[in-house]
Amino acid sequence: MIIPKNILGTKGLSKEEIVTILDSAEAFKEISTREIKKVPTLRGRTIINLFFEPSTRTRTSFEIAGKRLSADVINISGSTSSTVKGENLIDMALNLEAMNPDLMIIRHSHSGVAEMLSKFIKCPIINAGDGHHEHPTQALLDLYTIREAIGDLHGLNVTIVGDITHSRVVRSNIYAMKTMGINVTLVGPPTMIPLGIENMGVHVSYSLEDAVLDADVIMMLRLQTERQNEFLLPSIREYSNLFCLTTKILKRSKDDVLIIHPGPVNRGIEITLDVMKSDKSFILNQVTNGVAIRMALMYLLLGGNNDSLN
Amino acid sequence: MTVLIKNGTVIDPANNINTAKDILIIKGIIKSIEPPGKLDTVNLNNPQIIDAKGCIVCPGLIDMHVHFREPGFEYKETIESGCQSAAAGGFTSVAVMPNTNPVNDNRSVTELILSLAKSKGGIKVHPIGAITQGLAGKRLSEMADLRDAGAIAFSDDGCPVMNSELMRRAFEYSKMFNLPLIQHSEMLDLTEGGCMNEGAVSTELGLKGMPTEAEDIMVYRDIALLEKTGGRLHVAHISSGNSVDLVRHAKAKGLPVTCEVAPHHFTLTDEAVRGYDTNTKMSPPLRSNKDIEKIKEGLKDGTIDIIATDHAPHDITDKQVEYQNACFGIVGLETALPLFLKLVDEKILSMSDAIRKLTATPAQIFNLDAGNLSIGKEADVLIFNPDIKYSIDVSKFHSKSKNSPFDGWKVKGKVFHTLARGKIVYTDPDL
Repeated sequence: MIIPKNILGTKGLSKEEIVTILDSAEAFKEISTREIKKVPTLRGRTIINLFFEPSTRTRTSFEIAGKRLSADVINISGSTSSTVKGENLIDMALNLEAMNPDLMIIRHSHSGVAEMLSKFIKCPIINAGDGHHEHPTQALLDLYTIREAIGDLHGLNVTIVGDITHSRVVRSNIYAMKTMGINVTLVGPPTMIPLGIENMGVHVSYSLEDAVLDADVIMMLRLQTERQNEFLLPSIREYSNLFCLTTKILKRSKDDVLIIHPGPVNRGIEITLDVMKSDKSFILNQVTNGVAIRMALMYLLLGGNNDSLN
Repeated sequence: MTVLIKNGTVIDPANNINTAKDILIIKGIIKSIEPPGKLDTVNLNNPQIIDAKGCIVCPGLIDMHVHFREPGFEYKETIESGCQSAAAGGFTSVAVMPNTNPVNDNRSVTELILSLAKSKGGIKVHPIGAITQGLAGKRLSEMADLRDAGAIAFSDDGCPVMNSELMRRAFEYSKMFNLPLIQHSEMLDLTEGGCMNEGAVSTELGLKGMPTEAEDIMVYRDIALLEKTGGRLHVAHISSGNSVDLVRHAKAKGLPVTCEVAPHHFTLTDEAVRGYDTNTKMSPPLRSNKDIEKIKEGLKDGTIDIIATDHAPHDITDKQVEYQNACFGIVGLETALPLFLKLVDEKILSMSDAIRKLTATPAQIFNLDAGNLSIGKEADVLIFNPDIKYSIDVSKFHSKSKNSPFDGWKVKGKVFHTLARGKIVYTDPDL
């Protein structure tokens, strides 16, 4: 199975490609449980982590993934990059490419940046999140976590709750989940449900109580509290009253429902602490699996060979 | 100098001419127009002969909405390069928007534009003065002085007049001059941070949308004010189907409202934004098929009076950036002809009506002595072949800027010659 040169989004990834990525991640997950967590697969390869937006989880996850495969990983963050000196983003990427990296991981606050850069540089790119557009590795690690916990993905009901408009995680998950035959329901206040989202093949609901009933998986999104000046909500308190996942609401759902969250979590705003800590919550499994997914993608994009896993 | 244009089909909507004719131009003035072969050419002194066989000969086109960026942003366009771009597109009269630096809100900038146009332009350049000082939306500009210096209309294009009280006073004040106010209709509080049409595509791409209602609300507000105050309103680059309905309704009431549409707004939809090509970013943004249908209806029934390009040159440094950060606008002068000819092919407009919307009607709305081939007038003439097929190549544009979403498009209809004041200012290099 040859996967695309770049991973710019989950849109356009075929079912076979997604399965290949998830299957590969299974093999890589084991490496992180070893005492010596390092294989020589990507020895001598250079990976640049180019992050223009704050990130703990994703950046570290990519860095650890690269290092466990023995690649040389260089981290560049927005504040230390030359764009603060006014350098054009494309020029900066071309300059980095001139140092012959094998892979660039890009996170940027504006939608379309990874796709734009892919038109100017030949080096493979993994989109680590662009604006409100896509965050493909997050969606893949979510699918991995669901598959690991439940098994067959086809026909599952997933409910995604929160600020849909401003979420790249949602868009990437919709594409990937629809491709895998999952039914997706989006829940949030109408001010946070963007126009025409139904065209992506999803159901929309404004009631968390209703939307948890048939769910096999509930994905809670972080409420971006920095958006409070945009007339979207009267208060965080009211948002919580309507959309916080509590033990009480969970009583309406299936007993074996799986709870996930891309993080970072606002404790008590979108999810209560007891739910977060309950055995239904797979939030930390997601983070563990994120390393495996990113190792798998690096391996698949850079064409490492299987023998070196041992 | 004497020019003889032979064997073409002359279409001059202002004079109801649409037939084979020859045209004789002497010293820049249209001397006579006669059926083929009937011109008295015996005593002509070494005339320059243009064979217009297979071509349409019409008045030079008029574009009431261009940005020539001078003074202030000469790296994007100058009056000289803008005029060359216009001539290459078949235009012989343009009206330049005031969002230069300094803003054209005073006599000295208007005079500068006119003097640069005279020395370097070749075609007719008409300055549009600002409605408010510095386009800041705080205080009226000196409209009388601007008019005396040569301004033919007023607009804060790009910076819509948000304050309704100020807009009301602008309508009232402008009544002294009977010049139109051109509004870029956009409620800024509905579009803040937006960079494309709001809809399913913006949702998918994760880009903030600019809803059509932002246009509709301001169009209606201005119509409501105008009904009270009098004055004249010209709605710039209409893009929303509902706004077309609002203008139609206002016209039915007899209000002095006119409007224009840009070729990209009846040619492309927001689907073109997929792939994040910043040459699809303009304000107002590319809309939906539903809007295009309404625009075509409006063109057909006369609600939309004229076609204007909103020629907005931007250097590659302003466009080769994140979509969100890219400047709004595309160049339009050198792609307008084949795009409006598509309307003729689609039978939305007859050839004569299409040409009328780029000649006689804009001249009438803005009271320009242009847009016709009347005997005794300065010879501003376009000769184009409507059947030639070719690919648009932005690298060949005469504009300093190449920001067009139509690069590589296969189109039909090509400018062969443009004459301004009887002088050939452009000839197709492939001839």
